[in-house]
Amino acid sequence: MNRILAKRQLSDEVFLMKIEAPLIAQERQPGQFIILQLDTDFGERIPLTIADADPEEGSITIIFQTVGNTSHRLAAMETGDAIENLLGPLGHPTDIRKYGKVVCVGGGIGVAPLHPIAKAMKEAGNEVTIIIGARNRKLVIFEEEMGRIADKLIVCTDDGSYGRKALVTGPLKEVCETWNPDLAVAIGPPIMMKFCAETTRPFGVHTLVSLNTIMIDGTGMCGGCRVTVGGETKFVCVDGPEFDGHLVDFDNMMLRLGTYTREEEADHHACHLDLALEEDHGNA
Amino acid sequence: MHDLKHLDAEAKKLMMELEGKTLKPRERAAIPPQEMPAQDAQKRIGNMNEVARGYTEAQVRLESMRCLQCKNAPCIKGCPVEIDIPRFIKHAEDGKFAESLAVIKESSLLPAICGRVCPQETQCQEFCTVGKMLKDVNKAVSIGRIERYVADVELHGGNPIMPEVASPTGKRVAIVGSGPAGITAAADIRKAGHEVTIFEAFHKPGGVMVYGIPEFRLPKAIVEYEINNLKQMGVEIKTNFLVGRTRKLRDLIDKDGYNAVFIGSGAGLPKFMHIEGENLIGVLSANEYLTRSNLMKAYNREHAHTPIFVSRVVGVLGGGNVAMDAARTAVRLGAEKVYVVYRRTEKEMPARVEEVAHAKEEGVEFLLLQSPKRILGNEKQQVRAMEVLSYKLGEPDDSGRRRPIAIEGSERELPVDTVIVSIGNDSNPLLEKTTEGLATNKWGNIIINDDCSTSIDRIYAGGDIVLGAATVILAMGQGRKAAASINALLASESGD
Repeated sequence: MNRILAKRQLSDEVFLMKIEAPLIAQERQPGQFIILQLDTDFGERIPLTIADADPEEGSITIIFQTVGNTSHRLAAMETGDAIENLLGPLGHPTDIRKYGKVVCVGGGIGVAPLHPIAKAMKEAGNEVTIIIGARNRKLVIFEEEMGRIADKLIVCTDDGSYGRKALVTGPLKEVCETWNPDLAVAIGPPIMMKFCAETTRPFGVHTLVSLNTIMIDGTGMCGGCRVTVGGETKFVCVDGPEFDGHLVDFDNMMLRLGTYTREEEADHHACHLDLALEEDHGNA
Repeated sequence: MHDLKHLDAEAKKLMMELEGKTLKPRERAAIPPQEMPAQDAQKRIGNMNEVARGYTEAQVRLESMRCLQCKNAPCIKGCPVEIDIPRFIKHAEDGKFAESLAVIKESSLLPAICGRVCPQETQCQEFCTVGKMLKDVNKAVSIGRIERYVADVELHGGNPIMPEVASPTGKRVAIVGSGPAGITAAADIRKAGHEVTIFEAFHKPGGVMVYGIPEFRLPKAIVEYEINNLKQMGVEIKTNFLVGRTRKLRDLIDKDGYNAVFIGSGAGLPKFMHIEGENLIGVLSANEYLTRSNLMKAYNREHAHTPIFVSRVVGVLGGGNVAMDAARTAVRLGAEKVYVVYRRTEKEMPARVEEVAHAKEEGVEFLLLQSPKRILGNEKQQVRAMEVLSYKLGEPDDSGRRRPIAIEGSERELPVDTVIVSIGNDSNPLLEKTTEGLATNKWGNIIINDDCSTSIDRIYAGGDIVLGAATVILAMGQGRKAAASINALLASESGD
């Protein structure tokens, strides 16, 4: 169960994995995520978005960045290895329908979960403009796949090493000014989503953002994932993960994401030591 | 006072005097209630091991002697699954522990668990004649402790009594959730010869007994033991399977060939107070805090990868068993000071008396007739204090408890760095949202008929998803009732 069927390193810290998960592949819809755990006794449960699925093959594709203990361990696994626990698909699917003109904005690995949404929006008959952004050339992912979907594709990097030298909000503003989109979908780091929402606000363009918060069960039990949306407390796992970006209290969400930073930084450090140790053994 | 050796010696001495004598009811009631041996409070706050150590043989026999064997057995009416209490106690008095356990197992599948976590003082023991004679419910026969003892005898190497499974019927039943309701329903339905699959969303089965109730109150090895018994009966358990998402509820019947479904998916989203500062860093639900510690084993800092909030001064809001569990977990995780903040008085607290007493012994301080007005943060939006308001009790409200009334101008700051909110749960909206036609009430709890059937044909429900937050034994009672209905339904259709 949950065997890794393929693994590809997309950049220094970004990996793609295709995982055997026939039930999830069958049921999943754009916008949904999974939770995985590598060790039943002591592992942590981490939420990851689904980048793609193949119901016939019975597989899902995830893309993740090595940030904490589990993602580092996951990155160290190889094709053929099995993931002990995999739960999904979780969260509300994206409301896919014909809006007219949809602008999809992806930042960093946020491009991965954006991919199935953009694809479904296109298939639903929307005109789709896609903006993808990354810190630098090496971190640009899914350009080819997005190019196949988009009526117009804009790639930008923070340092100008590839595409336009811009933050995604630059081209997003232009698109709002010149193209009058009916809907914006922005997925990426919280700070990026916050500023995308600020960019579209004056134009009155409805903006969906997909939140990735602290989560344990992912099924509506622990309440760790709560966010303030329009002054109300909402739970990302059952009310989300997508919300109206103009109503999300991003500042509070970002602070809450840092709740365990102290513990995790120590862990991350230990993890790198562990992995380095493993490499040393490999060389010996 | 709770020292095992001391309590055992006392019990043995008294046993010697009483053994062989025919006791009159008055003499039985005069036997002192046996105290539960417990780990020393100073020692136990440094570990996660079970606090209550269980009776010794002399103690359990003495405590059983206190039972008057009332002909009308009022205690049975207090038990949600109607265990034949006088009969199992009689066997225990005679030292026939296997026979005693067999009596319990006629009605309850999980005696080692219920003996530990049932609120006996408001169930069987509330109606105990001995308690009434002594005018103190806490001096009733300790039915739960006797139950625990006889169950533990099996656990510690007795011969497990496996329920008989009837010959295969070819029918299949799906159970949603592996908590007390689901486990009980699964066992009863399996006994009738039907194939049973339990679907559990978490990576480990057991529901609230695994993620919610801490090790120091209910050792996880006991839950595992009961789950293994279930597997040995032939019940299949699928973990990492969220009905409603991994598969739609109706699909289990329409596409996957199950003849009936029982929903025991349990409590849902934690309630919050909707006060200022509730989303500051350091405000957690008890569900989150306990799940991290229990299920994810975050208390084991050396091995677990899941972090847990490190606290110095903790305020736990609420007065139920979950609040006690959270407060006592915080003590064990090294908090210097833990407060339980509750709006009413100790009398109104829903928590079991024993849990409150244990919490006090462990240094938890109770701030009664107080409630936070808002939570205050520092410049980094981390919790630094709660502003609490004092209350007084007014007229009784709908629940029959006296309504707390805020005393204006009584605000004061209570410095804390962590707030654990433990004021109950709302229902989990997932099944309702993903299943057309599943009727729920205004709180989102599934509506059931007397036979536990829901608004959808062949789908039954019970436990917290129906009752709101309740107890292990009430959930078991409903699981049992639903199982009987499902068995009757399937029997009526056999030979089709």
